Amino acid sequence: MDAIPAAQTTKHDAPDIGELFTGFFILGLTGFGGVLPLARHMMVEKRGWLSSAEFTDLLGLCQFLPGGNIINMSVAVGLKFRGIPGAFAAILGLIAVPTAVVIGLGVIYGRFADDPVVRHLFGGLAAAAAGLLISTAIKIAWPLRRDVLGLFIGALCVLAIAVFRLPLLPTLLTLAPLSIVLRSRQAS
Amino acid sequence: MSGTLVTLALIFSQLSLLAFGGGNTILPEMQRQVVDIHHWMTAQEFGALFALAQAAPGPNMMVVPLVGWHVAGFSGVLVTSLAKFGPSSLVTGFALRLWERFKDRPWRRTVQAGLVPVTAGLVTASAIVITHASVSSWGTVVIAAGVAIATTTTRIHPLLALAAGAVLGLTGIGQP
Repeated sequence: MDAIPAAQTTKHDAPDIGELFTGFFILGLTGFGGVLPLARHMMVEKRGWLSSAEFTDLLGLCQFLPGGNIINMSVAVGLKFRGIPGAFAAILGLIAVPTAVVIGLGVIYGRFADDPVVRHLFGGLAAAAAGLLISTAIKIAWPLRRDVLGLFIGALCVLAIAVFRLPLLPTLLTLAPLSIVLRSRQAS
Repeated sequence: MSGTLVTLALIFSQLSLLAFGGGNTILPEMQRQVVDIHHWMTAQEFGALFALAQAAPGPNMMVVPLVGWHVAGFSGVLVTSLAKFGPSSLVTGFALRLWERFKDRPWRRTVQAGLVPVTAGLVTASAIVITHASVSSWGTVVIAAGVAIATTTTRIHPLLALAAGAVLGLTGIGQP
């Protein structure tokens, strides 16, 4: 797999199953706190599997679909080049190491959760993770700050899920079509 | 035990298909299911598992196998992973075929624009739910606020922010 194509300008260096697995395996191994920039680097710049435009196009599709962007991307890229076995190779490669790592951390947490020092450590870690999520929410919501319709829909969503703790399915089935209809009225 | 596994499979396959806008949007529903409905763990434990998953490498939905592990060990990991990643992957597979055909249709952009505020609202709801579960003392308030401000206003690496939070937490300052 180490035979990285010398000609990085080549548009399609179609990876085989092994390369799909190892490419995404390394991505899963190294992608701390956000895999997306690394994914682009790996597939477009380093390995030349996709052109920049193809990457953006696939990402657009994957953002549109349910599921994590990178998870969907691994499936799409695997399918594109090697069909269903390729999709399995890519997604398994991507989640192999992270799964092993989280279980390892989970075992440690489970064993030492009662120790006050460990409890404080995880208390700080959990608070920091909450802080990261707050920051993510701010970054996603920021472009909507002057969009009255967007803020209205976003606020309804927050009320339904965080305040009233309504189930996600009916909330989505109500708010997503409402938002799309209002948006298309606004556009026309 | 097999009843638990079936329940896990049902919960996570439903979540898989509802995760528009990425994994963070389904955290409140995941917490509602595993904490409020099935009582497999407390809200604080769920917050801790989420934090562990954030500290691990890879895609940001690794809390899924971790919940599976906590509830039902290795078979739980297998079931939750398959249920969470399987259905959305199937959808991706089918969508890939249709994608070229609908690429330039204007309605596609309208749908996408309509989903943006929903995603923003869901991620905000996630932040509220997780913060509520994980932040209870003034020490953890300081850590969460510090990390939120630092990662919003600077380009600090998220892992560094998590490490700083863990170290501050280790001192036990402001925690019961």
